[in-house]
This record gives sequence, C-alpha cells and structure tokens, in this order.
Amino acid sequence: MKRKSRGAFLFLSPSVLLLLIFFIVPIILTICFAFTNMALTGSAARNLQFIGFQNFTNMFQDPDFRISVLRTLVFLIFSAVIGQVVLGFILALLMKEKNVTFRRIIGIIVIAGWVTPEIVVAFCMVAFFSDNGSLNQIIGWFGISPVSWLFSFPMVSVIIANIWHGTAFSMMVYQSALDEIPKDIEEAATIDGASNFKILSYITIPMVKGSIVTNMMLVTLQTLGVFTLIYTMTGGGPGTATQTLPVFMYNQAFVNYQFGYGTAISLVLLVIGIVASLFYMKSMKVKV
Amino acid sequence: MKTNKLKVTMTAAMASLLLLTTACSSGNSNAGSGNAGGKEEVTITFRSSGSEDTLAKYFKSGLIEKFETANPDIKINIAPVLASEGDYTSKIVLQMKSPDTAPDIVAEDTSIIKSDAAAGYLEPLDTQVAGWSDWKDKFIENLKEGVTGEDGKVYGVPATSDTRGIWYNKELLAQAGLPVPFKPANWEEVLQAARTIKDKLPGVTPLNMIVGKSSGEGVTMQTLEMLLYGTSDTLYNDQTKKWVVSSAGLLDSFKFINQVFNVDKTGPTMQVALNGQAGSIAFQQLFPQGKLAMAVDGSWAGSTWFENGAAPIANVAEKMGFAPFPTQTGQAPGAITMSGGWAWSIPAQSQNKEAAWKFLEFLMNQENATGRVVAEGNLSPRNDSVDVAGYTDRTFTAEAQALLEVAKFRPANDQYATVSAQLQSIVESIASGKLTPEDGVKQLKDNVARSLGEDKVEVK
Repeated sequence: MKRKSRGAFLFLSPSVLLLLIFFIVPIILTICFAFTNMALTGSAARNLQFIGFQNFTNMFQDPDFRISVLRTLVFLIFSAVIGQVVLGFILALLMKEKNVTFRRIIGIIVIAGWVTPEIVVAFCMVAFFSDNGSLNQIIGWFGISPVSWLFSFPMVSVIIANIWHGTAFSMMVYQSALDEIPKDIEEAATIDGASNFKILSYITIPMVKGSIVTNMMLVTLQTLGVFTLIYTMTGGGPGTATQTLPVFMYNQAFVNYQFGYGTAISLVLLVIGIVASLFYMKSMKVKV
Repeated sequence: MKTNKLKVTMTAAMASLLLLTTACSSGNSNAGSGNAGGKEEVTITFRSSGSEDTLAKYFKSGLIEKFETANPDIKINIAPVLASEGDYTSKIVLQMKSPDTAPDIVAEDTSIIKSDAAAGYLEPLDTQVAGWSDWKDKFIENLKEGVTGEDGKVYGVPATSDTRGIWYNKELLAQAGLPVPFKPANWEEVLQAARTIKDKLPGVTPLNMIVGKSSGEGVTMQTLEMLLYGTSDTLYNDQTKKWVVSSAGLLDSFKFINQVFNVDKTGPTMQVALNGQAGSIAFQQLFPQGKLAMAVDGSWAGSTWFENGAAPIANVAEKMGFAPFPTQTGQAPGAITMSGGWAWSIPAQSQNKEAAWKFLEFLMNQENATGRVVAEGNLSPRNDSVDVAGYTDRTFTAEAQALLEVAKFRPANDQYATVSAQLQSIVESIASGKLTPEDGVKQLKDNVARSLGEDKVEVK
C-alpha cells in the first residue's frame, strides 16, 4: 500500500509541479500585490511597499468602482443568465428531434458566433452598430432615421454582442443533455395526458438540472472576464456607461499604471465569480 | 512486476525532468539587444502608426546605412511598437523592466519621462550631454526642462517639439461669412464662429475637439489644457507643489467643452469623438472632404495634407489655415498654446549604452534632427534648425513656430500621468453629457485626492 502511494505520487508530481508554477504561485502573488502600492511607473515603481488594506479602502470609496460593479451585474444578468442560458436552452429545445439538415443549418449559424474570436466579433459588431452600419441601413429601409447605437444604447449593444458570441456554447451543452433524456419517459407522460409545458417543467428541466447549473457557472465565469469585446466596441464608454470590472481594472492597471490597485480589483472579480458559482449550486441543490 | 513498476516510475521521472528543462530553457532567449556577428547591436524603439509611419520611413531613407558605414562595429536594429498612445507607454515600460527585453534607445513622451525616470527605468545622461557641445548652445533651453527628472538629472534628448492651435478650412469659413484669416480674440468668438457655421453650412461639423479617452493624452493636452492655461488658473501650483483640482478656470474649461458638445452641439458626433482614431478621422477624412470647418489640434497634424502625407490636399496653404487659440477673455498674451513633444532616452537596463549614445548623437545632429521634424511636420528642438533649408519655409511652420513664444508646458511632476488619466475620463463624460461641469470638478477633486493623497491637492 505504501509503495503504491509512492508510485502514485511520482505519477502526479509533474502535474502538481505545473499547477504550482503556473497556477498557485501566480494566485498567491496576485493576492500579495493587492496589498502593495505596486505601480508601472513613477516613484512607487521603485519603492514597492505593503500598504495594508489601502487599495481596498480606496476601492470601496471610489464611485467609479461601485458603478463598475453595477455595470458588471447588469451585463452578467442580461448577457449571460437571461441571454445565453435562456436563449441557448430555447434553441436547443426547438432543435430537439428535428430534421438533421435543419439542425445542421441552424447549428452552423449559431456556432459561427462562437467560433469567431472575441476581437473579430467586436469588429463585426462595431460595423453592425456604427453610424453607417448594417443596422442603420436596415432600419433605413423602413424610413427610420439612423441611431447612434454605440452612443445612445451602449450597454444594449455590448449585451447583444456577447449573446451572439456565447449562445452557441449553451445551446450545445443543452443539446447533448436533452439527447440523453430517454424518449419513453416523455412518451409515457404524453400518454398520461401531460401538456407540453408540464413535460418541460416537471420532466425535461429537472432531468437536465445538472447541465443547467454547470453551464450557468461556466457562462457566468466567462462573462465576468469579458474584456476585449467591450473594450474594442466602446472602450468602457461613453463616459463610464459600459465600464465593467475588467475594463475598470485594465484602466487602473494600464492607463493609470496602478498595478496594486488593479490586482485588488481582480480579487474582487474573483470573489464575485466564487459567490455566483456557490449561489447557483445552492439554489439548484446540485453537488459538483 | 517489480521491474515494470520501476520502468514506469523512471519514465515518469524522466518525462517530468524533460518538461522542466524545456520550460526553463525558453526563458534564455535574448529579445532585446546583443551582439550580431561581432557587431554591437543597438535596438531603437518608438511608437509607429503603421506601415506608412513617417519616422520609420525616415530611418529607412538612408540614415541607418550612413551611420553603419561610419561605425562598422555597430548595427542598428529598428523595433517600432505598433500601439495606441496609452498602450505604447505601458508596453515600453514592461520592456524596459528587464535587461532581456530593454531596447537601447527609446522614444519617450515628455509627459511620462519624469515618471519613468523616478521609477528607475531610464539612464541619467548628464555625463554624456556635458561632453556634447551641441547640448549647451543648440538645444532650445526651455525644452530641457521637459526631459529633466525630479532629481535634476537629464534623462533624455528632446527630439520633437510642437504647439497647438485651431486648424480651419478657409473656404468653409469664407462661405459662412467669417473673416479669413481667422483670428478669434477670445473663447466667445470661437464658440460664435462654430455656431455661425452650424447655421450657415448644414452637413459641416463646425468644431472638432479631442474628447474621447481612447485618444489618451491628446484629451488632456490638445483640449483641456489649451483651455485651462488660457484662464488665470493652472493645473499644478509650482509654489505649493500641489495639484489645483478645483478652480474657476477649470470649471470654465469644462463649461466650454459642455457648451460645444451639449449646448450648441457644434462638435462632432459622439461616435466620431469617442473613437480612438478621432484625430485621424478629422484630418484624413473630414477636413479633406470639406465636412469639417475647425479643429483644435497639434501643429504636426497639418502635415497630413502635404504631398507625401496621408491625405494630400492640393494648394493646401490657400485652402487651410492655422490660427492661435485665444485666451479666455483675450487677456495678455492674447493667445495660448501647450508645447510638449517626444524625446530619446536610454533605458537603464540597456546593454549597449555607449553605442546607443553614439547613435543618439548622430540622430540628433543639426542635419538629422531637422530632417526628421521636416519629414514629420513637427517643430525642432534645435535652435539652429532654422538655418537648414526646407525647415521654416514649410507650410504652416512659421505660424506654429511663432506660437512657441506663448507656449506653456505640462506640470513637471511624476504624478502627471495619474492626473491626466483622471482628466481624460472626466472630459469624455462631460462631452458625452454624462457629467455636468460642476460634477466634473467635484469628481476630479475626489479622484485625485484619493489616488495621490489629500495633501497633494488644493482648491482655489
């Protein structure tokens, strides 16, 4: 038994080592830096000092930070929870047991958004929403005068962009989960006289609950980290209208050159991610 | 069975060793500088605007060969960084942190040079400039302040200088019934001219100002400080060494921006204004197409319209003009401009400082320094550039050069970058109508006090 565990340790050691180097150490460093005055330039760059909770005190007094948290939550709820998760589920449901060709065509259209790199999605969306963009041309056919979408509705624009980019992932997760449900259960319910809605809420959803929670968690964590899309489309503006936490963090670290402050913000982002994940697991009573 | 286990264990151990060695060996590459074929290699880094970058073109126009022929033991390696103004600063700082990646000569915006010097990224050049006769007599004295660190040491050689003013389309102004040449006496006349153009020439954007924070320092320097330094207030109090975060002048400057963008609506649309390329759109598209009447911008911007520029305009001197920006009420000296520019520095981590200085001296001699500003449409930091044929007789240069007499410089302080970033964000919020001028002042006060400390700010 003893020799066995030693062998296991030897087998595991490369991955433990890699985890340590590339994952644990950076996290510990990030936590340490959040308590320093680390800066990219200026005299603080030379005199690294521990400043205790100063970064966190500053952060919670900063109205920009509070606004950014709010914007992050709005972005998260509308583009991840409502947008991707619900829309992805509806798409998967609509495609269930449909003709293979139909499934493929719809699948390709939706997946196109997902396989496109974030930066390309951002440029496409800028082209779509800009003053002379496709959207304004389309509404122009109906005699509606053009709207400055990225200026007048910046949050709606980035939310739509993120939904387009991410829905395919949720759809695929649900598709495979729905395909797993044995046909005879639903058939039995139909014979017993259950309506489609009842089948959905009492049989289908409970049976794919695990997938829903996992997907929600993944989509939430992914959306919390969305930076390129927002930064390219609006730069966090106009003003602070689309300044989510990652954009705020970038501005503090690379525009104001305050690395310590930036890492402190990243820790808050991490905490939000953890809290959201725990909330999903708790509310859906799923063990992961 | 036992041997099998041993084999497996050994294989695993070997595999992990192999992984480790591969991981470690890649860290040894020499990206920055070094020796190439026995020659000392000097890497020079600057911000490039792309394939048509005038500075890169200038380097490749025979300058490098000339130097390498005269110094066969040195090889010059051009390493431009393609980035926006803000990203450029962080990229070069990250490069300068390590001896493996540090270039040997780096272009520094004079707004960041004090910060980088205080951080220890730059090499003091006092000994070098002391032994260089040109430095004492040929470089314009007040530009040296911009490259001197807070410790009084010289950290760079000024390479370009500039002024700012109002670029305008003479034909459009004449059509609107405004006097040409345009010479507004105070802020109100600028605003009035913009209103007149809006009334008389629909479809023409009356006045472009850089207000999008994606344009970085341009927001602070081309827009806010051009206004603020034309009032009786400044951004920094040299006596008390504190930031003036609340003053009548600052509030009036914010109000001017609000007036243009939200009250008179004589500015560009927000989608243009907040674009990171707002300056290029104005000078390469709107001005040449006759869709823009006035723009507050730097003296270099007019070179866009020259024959070799990005958007040539025929008979440019007859069509376009460059007017001084007036002080708030026309108070003395009547006009105002901010001056800044770029400098060449040697990073502290450079491996070839001697060779780098040799090239720097060559780069900044009378002929080459002037050649560069002529190519770029900038003003020269050397007072003997006026003797070089082709410098002063360039279109618009005389007007821009004359403004140097009323030039003000940005605060000489290593915290400038932080304050400037705050201002960029606030100016954008005011221009886009998300913040009132009064709240802008309050926000600046709160934000600067929070990031720099209460003892670093004062209210006037």
